[in-house]
Amino acid sequence: MTAILPQVTPVPEQFTPVPDIEAILASYPQAKRESLIPLLQDVQEKHGYLSRGAIARISQYLSLPASKIYGVATFYNQFRFQPQGRYHIQVCRGTACHVKGSAAVFEAVKRELKIDAGQTSRDGLFSLEVVACIGACGLAPVICVNGVFHASVTTKSVVKILDTYRRKAAKNDDEAA
Amino acid sequence: MADFEPVLMANMQREDSHTLAAYEKAGGYAALKRALREMQPKGVVDLVKRSGLRGRGGAGFPTGLKWTFLPQETRGPVYFCLNADESEPGTFNNRVLMEQDPHQVLEGLILSCFATCATTAYFYMRYEFPLAWRRVQAAIDECYSAGYLGSNILGSGYSLNVYLHRGAGAYICGEETGLIESLEGKRAWPRIKPPFPAVEGAFRRPTVVNNVETVACVTHIVARGAEWFRSMGVPPDPADPRDPGSFGPKLYCLSGHVERPGCYEAPMGLPVRELIDRFGGGIWKGRRAKAAIPGGISMGLLRADEFDCRLDFASPARYGCLGLGTAAVVVLDETVSMVDFLHNSCRFFAHESCGQCTPCREGTAWSLRMLDRIRAGRGRWKDLDLLLEIGDSIGIIPGSTICGLSDGAAWPIKNAIRKFRAEFEDYIRQSNPQGYLETAPVAALDSTGSH
Repeated sequence: MTAILPQVTPVPEQFTPVPDIEAILASYPQAKRESLIPLLQDVQEKHGYLSRGAIARISQYLSLPASKIYGVATFYNQFRFQPQGRYHIQVCRGTACHVKGSAAVFEAVKRELKIDAGQTSRDGLFSLEVVACIGACGLAPVICVNGVFHASVTTKSVVKILDTYRRKAAKNDDEAA
Repeated sequence: MADFEPVLMANMQREDSHTLAAYEKAGGYAALKRALREMQPKGVVDLVKRSGLRGRGGAGFPTGLKWTFLPQETRGPVYFCLNADESEPGTFNNRVLMEQDPHQVLEGLILSCFATCATTAYFYMRYEFPLAWRRVQAAIDECYSAGYLGSNILGSGYSLNVYLHRGAGAYICGEETGLIESLEGKRAWPRIKPPFPAVEGAFRRPTVVNNVETVACVTHIVARGAEWFRSMGVPPDPADPRDPGSFGPKLYCLSGHVERPGCYEAPMGLPVRELIDRFGGGIWKGRRAKAAIPGGISMGLLRADEFDCRLDFASPARYGCLGLGTAAVVVLDETVSMVDFLHNSCRFFAHESCGQCTPCREGTAWSLRMLDRIRAGRGRWKDLDLLLEIGDSIGIIPGSTICGLSDGAAWPIKNAIRKFRAEFEDYIRQSNPQGYLETAPVAALDSTGSH
């Protein structure tokens, strides 16, 4: 009886090579299945999202079909398949935030940025994610921008918060220029 | 109750409470040193067993008993998984512990691993806690350089390595076998039990999974003894031979419509009313309460006239709730619409169902779709009975699923409709005056998705 080996997807040429991925892979020598999630996390941390090219390369490295990797990656809330914005916004929709008006806050953010959860604004400035409960219920309703928590937000204050990030980005761009 | 001294939160008032220096100054790691010098692993297990410590993650399973399920004669590694994937809505006590006092958690973790003879521990933390992540990683590094972790800890011959693993964001990872699957790099699909993790868990080896607050309690049990631990809390109910009692200190998370939301410590068995009034400063804006969640959303609901309920492992069930859960109380004031609340709850569980068992996947999704329809003004009274039927038939209590996620989904449905039926009926009659008595089948609305 011959052993059935998993089909390894060759990396198609049309995928652009992913910069720095080799260095990340090298930090997991002899990686097996249990390294998959940390690997995906590292790649996403570096690039802001999981590109098709990155998944194909990881698939090759772990000898694991890309479909399996997509199966895992789409299961978890953390992984994104679109580039992340410069400011990544997490809106908590847990119970405590909900009873304090997070639905209206979420709508206000969507209206202001003209994007839905899981998307990135056209200017690449903001991306939006819904978190089931971020564990900051004492600060409800709460949003988190690049790891910084904003407590007790309202539909009005959230627009102001987004504006401060817009100004911050413009200022940083000016300084860089 | 008045003379209660904080135990788990005692160190948090100090400056730099998250550092090793501050923790050692407050007497930290003395229990570990003594245990490694004077005790055998079995002695620690017996001590924890005698203390009556029950798991703080939600199910309340006796911790010492769980440890004794490990096979006595085993060759090869035993794994210890610390469940820090705290995702139950309303709950944030583990985050407070990990951010403010990570060494207390680590000392408890090392003691628990010593008791279970585990030489590898996985600290499974959800990724949404960036500060906790940095502080726990820093604390682990400090422990390695101070000799509390690594090989031959404090010259005792016992070795332990701790790996901080970052979860990827899924509520189901809080279920112990889901956590193990996730650790192995798979989708967090809970496993059919038996075999229980103590027999065959992570990487097919015996595995113990405990909650952060549970191991933090182990530190204090070893430091001060089982009798001290049993002096706090609620003794077993003599009328219920299966109730082992609820002992020890507990971190209560209070949020929602109260003046001072936050994490508070008190002995087990604090009445909900006392938590809200004495610790939380009462209902906000001078309003009245309508309901409260006793221990995270999956435990169901208490009406305002049921706030005498004590927060121990046995009491919430007497009021029709699922149990104590994580003792995270979310208070709803009189302005909250129960239809809206239930919609939020169903949205959460429909999103977080892992999709493995049909009753849960379909039950949570359809209850959300029905609530969408009710909120769109096309509800019928008949829907309430159908929702209750879903609630009564999904979960491990009716026996139709592998894990308890859908019990958690069912309890808010059952409690909200049974305890606030008049409000649901009024809502449906007013929003759908022509069709609320209709009984013919109706087409589903396009799903609004689970966000």
